[in-house]
Amino acid sequence: MTNSRTMRVLQAVAGMVVLAAGWQILSYVFSHYLFPPVPEIISRTIEVLITGSLLVDVLLTAGRIFGGLFGAFILGSILALVIGQSKTAENFIAPVLTFFQGIPALSWVVFAIIWFHGIEFRVLFIMVMTTLPAFTFQILDAFRSMSKDLFEMTMAFRPSRWTLFRFLIVPTIVPGILTAWKVNLGNAARVVVVAELVGATGGVGYQLLRQQQLFDMAGAMAWTLQLVLFVLVVQQTINAIENWALRYRAVSERAM
Amino acid sequence: MASADPVIRFRDVSKSFRRPDGRGDFVAVDKLSFEIGKGEIVAVLGKTGCGKSTMFNIVAGLIEPSSGEARVIGHDPFREFAFFRGKIGIVFQNDRLMPWRSALDNVRLGLQILDTDAGHANESARQWLMRLGLSGHENDYPHALSGGMRQRVSIARAFAVDPEILLCDEPFSSLDEMTARDLRAEFVRLVRLNNKTAVFITHQINEAMEIGDRVLVFHHPARIAYETRLDASTSEEKRRTMHDDIMRVLSVEQAPT
Repeated sequence: MTNSRTMRVLQAVAGMVVLAAGWQILSYVFSHYLFPPVPEIISRTIEVLITGSLLVDVLLTAGRIFGGLFGAFILGSILALVIGQSKTAENFIAPVLTFFQGIPALSWVVFAIIWFHGIEFRVLFIMVMTTLPAFTFQILDAFRSMSKDLFEMTMAFRPSRWTLFRFLIVPTIVPGILTAWKVNLGNAARVVVVAELVGATGGVGYQLLRQQQLFDMAGAMAWTLQLVLFVLVVQQTINAIENWALRYRAVSERAM
Repeated sequence: MASADPVIRFRDVSKSFRRPDGRGDFVAVDKLSFEIGKGEIVAVLGKTGCGKSTMFNIVAGLIEPSSGEARVIGHDPFREFAFFRGKIGIVFQNDRLMPWRSALDNVRLGLQILDTDAGHANESARQWLMRLGLSGHENDYPHALSGGMRQRVSIARAFAVDPEILLCDEPFSSLDEMTARDLRAEFVRLVRLNNKTAVFITHQINEAMEIGDRVLVFHHPARIAYETRLDASTSEEKRRTMHDDIMRVLSVEQAPT
């Protein structure tokens, strides 16, 4: 078990080392403004992390991602539970969400700039609108996968609606919620950069725009890596929560 | 028929379901009438698909009869659903344990739903697990328990709420014969000890005769085709005759469509 985990980590590190080596070779072949050396990228990345005034931009973006995801999660959960209990509600809401899913993130950015003034509200609006359908449909799927057997067994004790929600529905949809967070986190990280690139005065997207104006590839890579690191840390945190919350699941000793 | 104040009473109860292909209705229960008195253990026997489980679900209040009158402790189990909080305990064919709850937490479920004091619920759940031979497995999740152990947990869960009525839907049918025999004996002992009324559904003649004070044999759609009483004093010869009679009744029935 430990050996296979160590092997996985080594393989992942090896992949990254190969990527970095390839980049370093390109930096010897091309100008540094196109492919800056790896040590310079690493040094710029660390500089962002340890310079308070720059780290604020990373935290600002992180806050926007969490704000947007949390808003979409709350709204999506409510919509999923409403749809799950009413066919009429599903007939009204599901097509609208499907329609929203087809709208590109950039269109939401344009709409937000035209409709709203406040930068933070614009970003929040864009984040919620782009992640809401996925949250709703994923939580709805989890709700619908609730075991009929467990539902009848619980109902036999005559629970109140709140008790049923607490003891059966919440544990049933937890795996779906965790998957939804993992999937939407990556989407949110991409969308927030687009939103900041166009309509914000701070954050990773704004800094990327500055690096593009300065033609500073090392800076662009350093700010991109901030976002990648952020997504990796949050993904690992969600994985840890998932391992704890779903610890009751049996694990086969035989690997797939 | 049972005593003057039956705990369960069915009068001309029928239940039909719409066929999935939309071609008319499927009659599962047809003008079923019977009474079960307090403290009785009644085994309901019939072929697969004869409507036993539909009758069971009507008693449990999970479905409503299409016509007729079903009364449990003098109340309508479907329309007066909340009245039966803590009054009915159910052991299903499969254990229906919540996989995210430990054995102890599964037994505590009903008590938690009934808002029982947490300390009392904990103690009661531990006691029931101990009585069913599961001490030391309190913190095990269902996947770590054998089929027999899981079914013991589900029996403990049903008894823990101290219900007036126990409904059992072929609870031991998926277990090996030795485990099933042990659990049957334990189940009957607990029902008698705690003075419960029990309805026990099965499709095995021996199991029905081993458990029931009374055996009701259903034909499809669910209606009583044969009824017999038996107790500890019933002779082996009479039991053999009953067994043969039940076999004969079951064998003349057409398979349900």
